[in-house]
Amino acid sequence: MTEERHDLEQWVMTTRLADYVAWGRKNSLWPMPMGLACCAIELMAMVASRYDVSRFGAEALRFSPRQADLMVVAGTVTKKMAPAVRRIFEQMPEPKWVIAMGACASSGGMFRSYSVTQGVDEIIPVDVYVPGCPPRPEALIEGIMQVQRLVDQRAREGRQSKAGDRAQPAGVRG
Amino acid sequence: MPLQGKPVKRPAKQSLLASTYLPSILKGMWITLRHIFRPKVTMQYPEEKWTLPDNYRGLPVLVRDQDERVKCVACFLCQYVCPPKAIHIQAREIETGVEKGPEVFDINMLRCIMCGYCEEVCPEQAIFLSKEYSTVGLSREAMIFPKEKLLQMGGIRPDPIKKWERQIGKPQAEGGLRPRVESVG
Repeated sequence: MTEERHDLEQWVMTTRLADYVAWGRKNSLWPMPMGLACCAIELMAMVASRYDVSRFGAEALRFSPRQADLMVVAGTVTKKMAPAVRRIFEQMPEPKWVIAMGACASSGGMFRSYSVTQGVDEIIPVDVYVPGCPPRPEALIEGIMQVQRLVDQRAREGRQSKAGDRAQPAGVRG
Repeated sequence: MPLQGKPVKRPAKQSLLASTYLPSILKGMWITLRHIFRPKVTMQYPEEKWTLPDNYRGLPVLVRDQDERVKCVACFLCQYVCPPKAIHIQAREIETGVEKGPEVFDINMLRCIMCGYCEEVCPEQAIFLSKEYSTVGLSREAMIFPKEKLLQMGGIRPDPIKKWERQIGKPQAEGGLRPRVESVG
């Protein structure tokens, strides 16, 4: 019986499927542009022809969360906007990833205010943080490349995403 | 009296050729074709990078002087002036007794807005804004850069005033007391 299985393994590559899935996922990230402030301008610059994120397969910005798998939170998340951001994130199908772009989305930035969420990771799990105010389009491309590495790694591990790992966000942090 | 409207001029009926939309399609394709032969504007980012101007403001870094001393004297001015309060300093005495030094010097890069106020306010020219613009992080903790990392990013900037030699008294070349190079940082 074991002999037969060894013979089969010579011809059937079961372990390669994860690699194939990873390759497909990471090269077709569809971002959901959660543009809330000035960072969204740099997000648009990243999609435009000079920086041209279609070289990384992520040029299809979808304004419907149902069709997106990477949320780019670009801008100040006010407490009033936070429930909407959370809801849009929950409407995105698994597997999904989040980039917190810029100081405001990452940590609240200079808005240490009663009305501003001190980092979008208080409400949704964030995979990659991009510092800057606003970050250059290159920095956001670096963020997308980092997400691609995470997608690759997690798809190979057979896991889905950070959102699937922990149901609850990290909570309030300084 | 009934309401009188101005009669609208209707366009003439489309010709047979125009109703096939072929002229419009060809016209559009002609524009696309012309763009193929124009110079390419895309910057192939990870391979090809932008040349930054000298006054570019990237991530803030700490620097050492030519004797590898930490230039920062923990005066807290940058911490005070920082608009998003991204800098956290703890001061301590250093061996020479001439100056203070930073025990802890953390910059939260996720808070930092690269405004350059810290560089502007620093009396010792110890903190500068580097040209680093493409750092990303996987967690908040990893993006709080400690003193060692900031000094390593900053490298050495010579101190033309030679403040230490004056304060110790004699120049080092004449066998004057050489202040101990900081052991920790």
